Amino acid sequence: MKQVYRRPHSLKKAPFHYCPGCGHSIAHRVIAEVIDEMNLQDKVIGIPPPGCSVFAYHYFDVDMVESAHGRGAAVATGIKRAFPQAIVFTYQGDGDLAAIGTAETIHAANRGERITAIFINNAVYGMTGGQMAPTTLLSQKTTTTPYGRSAQLEGYPLKISEMLALVKGTVYIERTAVSSPANIMKTKKAVRKAFQTQIDDLGFSLVEILSPCPVNWKMAPLEAWQWIEKEMTKEFPLGVIKDVTGK
Amino acid sequence: MPRILLSGNSAIGEGAIRAGCQCYFGYPITPQNELTEYMATHLSRRKGCSFIQAESELSAINMVYGASVAGVRVMTSSSSPGISLKQEGISYLAACQLPAVIVNMSRGGPGLGSISATQSDYFQSTRGGGHGDYRTIVLAPSSVQELADLTHRAFDLADRYLIPVIILGDSMLGQMMEPVEFHHEVPRRLPVRDQALRGAHGRASRFVKTFTSKPTELEEINWSLFRRYRLIEKKETTCESSLVDDAELVVVAFGIAARIAKGAIRKARSNGLKVGLLRPVTLWPFPSEQVKKTAARTKHFLVFEMNMGQMVEDVKLALDGAGEVGFYGRPGGVIPTPSEVFRVVSREYYQRGLSIER
Repeated sequence: MKQVYRRPHSLKKAPFHYCPGCGHSIAHRVIAEVIDEMNLQDKVIGIPPPGCSVFAYHYFDVDMVESAHGRGAAVATGIKRAFPQAIVFTYQGDGDLAAIGTAETIHAANRGERITAIFINNAVYGMTGGQMAPTTLLSQKTTTTPYGRSAQLEGYPLKISEMLALVKGTVYIERTAVSSPANIMKTKKAVRKAFQTQIDDLGFSLVEILSPCPVNWKMAPLEAWQWIEKEMTKEFPLGVIKDVTGK
Repeated sequence: MPRILLSGNSAIGEGAIRAGCQCYFGYPITPQNELTEYMATHLSRRKGCSFIQAESELSAINMVYGASVAGVRVMTSSSSPGISLKQEGISYLAACQLPAVIVNMSRGGPGLGSISATQSDYFQSTRGGGHGDYRTIVLAPSSVQELADLTHRAFDLADRYLIPVIILGDSMLGQMMEPVEFHHEVPRRLPVRDQALRGAHGRASRFVKTFTSKPTELEEINWSLFRRYRLIEKKETTCESSLVDDAELVVVAFGIAARIAKGAIRKARSNGLKVGLLRPVTLWPFPSEQVKKTAARTKHFLVFEMNMGQMVEDVKLALDGAGEVGFYGRPGGVIPTPSEVFRVVSREYYQRGLSIER
């Protein structure tokens, strides 16, 4: 009988601890499938952040090093400069990449570091209990914007991917979502292209993945998927934001 | 190799390259810029090596963390305010048991302070510096030659004990030029450290982490760190002593202050005052045993520091009441002359009624 579905080799035989409906598990699986298909399992070094995905090293069967909050791009830079043959990816949330780690991210991108950032945008700080993130939508309620995010008091959702597109060292940036089977397939394609960009030594690549956080959004999983497609994509439209790979 | 004239900052750079340092990540801050510039000139184009002027000290230390994870010899440098920013990364390096060399050409504080030489970062350096229960090895050179020698030793210690090593200098040491001789050639290629992350090629994947949700696991990690620290205390404590054998008063000073004290002691000796010097070379581990042993010969100590009294606490802890400890300090970047310290030494000497050689 032909096997059509199995656990990717790049995922350990460990059950995910993520909440029901969380997007991390899907993103993990997509990345692992790409690593398998591109035959990169023995070349990849992954960098998970503090946060819900801090235990990513219990799931990915590749070399991994935990980063301090927001410093993923700097840690990735150090690894890649010390050992350029590695395929290095950071796995970062919105607070990590677009708040505390903004400087590290922008400057690594500007240097054109040959690294790939997987940027999980779920519009909240997940592990700490659903506080406002830089990507929280206007009027979205979080534990620190209990009356809804107000532009006057809390500013606007930060479009870090669009900002990074202006930086010359970035080569490929795409925003996808894990909110439907079709979008999951697009995410996989984007992750593959981002890794290929790094293999081809072209520059900095980033895939922003809109990802559901049903628990902190106080929604059922299906409702969370729908909220991504109806609300989040208005502020964060899906698609290729920058591609100068020439491919 | 012939002796060459180098500034302290450049001597560290050359010493690091000769120790096989492959990566250097820095950020400009006075008074250590010559070191960053030296690495930009001499390391950045070297095969297999990398130099980055980072966007912040935070980024620089996290690049150090990354390069160390990948198994190469790596260094960063800064000065006091920048070292405060690096503490996050140093704590992670300590937690992950990753070797790295961190140079602090310290300057006056608190705050932006001044760019003049002080020793006010002694506490920060010897007590870990960042959050959590850990130590770093702290080396305190007092000449350009010693900067070069200790830089090499710093890399060896970091690799041997898997620990971040701090070289604590000051702006005077960094800026002054002295003849220096290097005893090592640049190594062709260093072996990659065991347990480095370079992709799971031909072996199982592994990870480097600091977080655990189990307090008992973290307790064991802390215990294992401190078991190693005990070993370092036993094996690596270094202290220079001079003219201590017949001394009635022993001055304890480190780094550039010890250099100044030596001038004062020479003058004291020529006036018949029996004064000696203990100079801790490793500030952590602190040479408590040597201090204690000295107390078997004389009870009289004078600690001289360019701060308001930091190492003096370690001297008192080491003596545990077995000696009488005086203190003289100048904070803020004021550099006392040997004559000034001589006046303090002789006042202390006479007030304690110690014997004078005629």
